[in-house]
Amino acid sequence: MADAPKKYSKPLPQIDEESRPYWEALQRHELYIQKCRDCGELRYYSRAQCGQCLSPSTEWIRCSGRGKVYTFTVTNQNNVAGFRESLPYVMAYVQLDEGVKILTNLVDCAPQQVKIGMPVEVVYEDVTPEVTLAKFRPAR
Amino acid sequence: MSLKHKTAIVGAWEHPTRFAPDKSAFQITAESLHGALLDAGLTLKDVDGILSSGMAGGMGIIALCDYLNIQPNFIDSTSVGGASFVFHVAHAAAAINAGLCNVCAVVFGSTVASRPAGFGGGGADPSDQYEVPFGPTTVGSYAMIAERHMHDYGTTPEQLAEIAVTTRLHASMNPVAKYRNPITINDVLASRIISSPLHLLDCCIISDGGGAVIVTSEERARDMKKKPVYLLGAAETARHTSDGHRDFLETAAFQTGKLAFERAGVTHKDIDMAMIYDSFTITVLVTLENLGFCKRGEGGAFVQGGRLRYDGAFPINTDGGGLSSCHPMMRGMFLLIEATRQLRGECGPRQVKNCLTALVNGTGGALGQRHSGATLILSNQ
Ligand SMILES: [Zn+2]
Repeated sequence: MADAPKKYSKPLPQIDEESRPYWEALQRHELYIQKCRDCGELRYYSRAQCGQCLSPSTEWIRCSGRGKVYTFTVTNQNNVAGFRESLPYVMAYVQLDEGVKILTNLVDCAPQQVKIGMPVEVVYEDVTPEVTLAKFRPAR
Repeated sequence: MSLKHKTAIVGAWEHPTRFAPDKSAFQITAESLHGALLDAGLTLKDVDGILSSGMAGGMGIIALCDYLNIQPNFIDSTSVGGASFVFHVAHAAAAINAGLCNVCAVVFGSTVASRPAGFGGGGADPSDQYEVPFGPTTVGSYAMIAERHMHDYGTTPEQLAEIAVTTRLHASMNPVAKYRNPITINDVLASRIISSPLHLLDCCIISDGGGAVIVTSEERARDMKKKPVYLLGAAETARHTSDGHRDFLETAAFQTGKLAFERAGVTHKDIDMAMIYDSFTITVLVTLENLGFCKRGEGGAFVQGGRLRYDGAFPINTDGGGLSSCHPMMRGMFLLIEATRQLRGECGPRQVKNCLTALVNGTGGALGQRHSGATLILSNQ
């Protein structure tokens, strides 16, 4: 697990009823996405209904936590508290092996080492007692 | 029912300010409206449709109606980021054509440079909780598109830089542009990287500013002071994360360009100049590809060799763009104004020769997360 700073000052997710199972799974160090029981479409981020057919019938799929870097940026400027103090950092879309692309940070890796297509694996960062973030590091 | 040639822009005025700590956004808006009405030979009493976006908080466009003391028959405050005003012209045309009103004013004023509002945090949109914990920035969102484009097609920082260089050349011929000293490709590459692979000079500037355009029916347009600029075709849409399945190099312009050309009944060869929202250099490159001016992946080569200069084969952003002239958070208004001025032949040293038909493409929001897009095709014929 990556080190969590003593006082966490970055913006926290505003968890709602649609997203609560996603965040609760992350607290257990499990990464879930949704699948429509009617049309089979996988989706990220979490919503109460399918983006293809609006069906509310949803199952949660546990992900392998493995994927590849789809694209990324090394951020050198951000005045938002918490990020201002942790420049530079890498923001990326990771395409999970299950198919969906998710926005995240790449950690445990020098920014200049990051390449598109690089295999990565999830690392769970417990940033507060209530919130765990899914970040990614180079696959081991 | 087609909107082709039913309406025209008959007034356009760009506020010359780039820094106005002594004025409110509402005042800049009112001054811009006054300028556009004088340009058209109309008065406030003629305006029966009002369209705007960007009023911070409060009652928005109702507060603007109060401030301007107008009781219009048509109100639209479609707010889709910097592209909003491009959407507004299409909405004004539809409203006028449907008989809802006769004279629409599309107006804008901003003091974002002299009184910057805070960014970041978020939490209002359902998607925010999945993004704000990871430190997204506006530049970063576009930078991720640039990184992927470079990876897939070998697009180079030098190619992106040429867009900024060309735009600065145009700004040098615009007396009200904020940055007018010419720059080189090396200057762009030597500027610090804000969010890789985008340098400072790949990014739009921050300024105050404002502007207004007046839209009316084709019949009424014939009696105005200035030569009408007719709307031939318009289209709008949005692109977003698509449930996690998005093809990130396809932008809103892919859909709106195709529709706007179909609706206008013209082809790419007919476009004499284009105003392309240049929030960042990469925005221009992928927009030109998605509009079909070159194939996907060929944007890097397309923007090289001076093609985009005012005297090149495909002039764009002749006012100096958001990269050098002004970018008061939202740039759509200035795309409309410069296209109108070019089609009237009012651009002096930066005038595009034989400019009959122009394309305007607005992109609002964050390209790598969710964005709006609208395309207009305008002509003086
Ligand atoms: Zn479904």
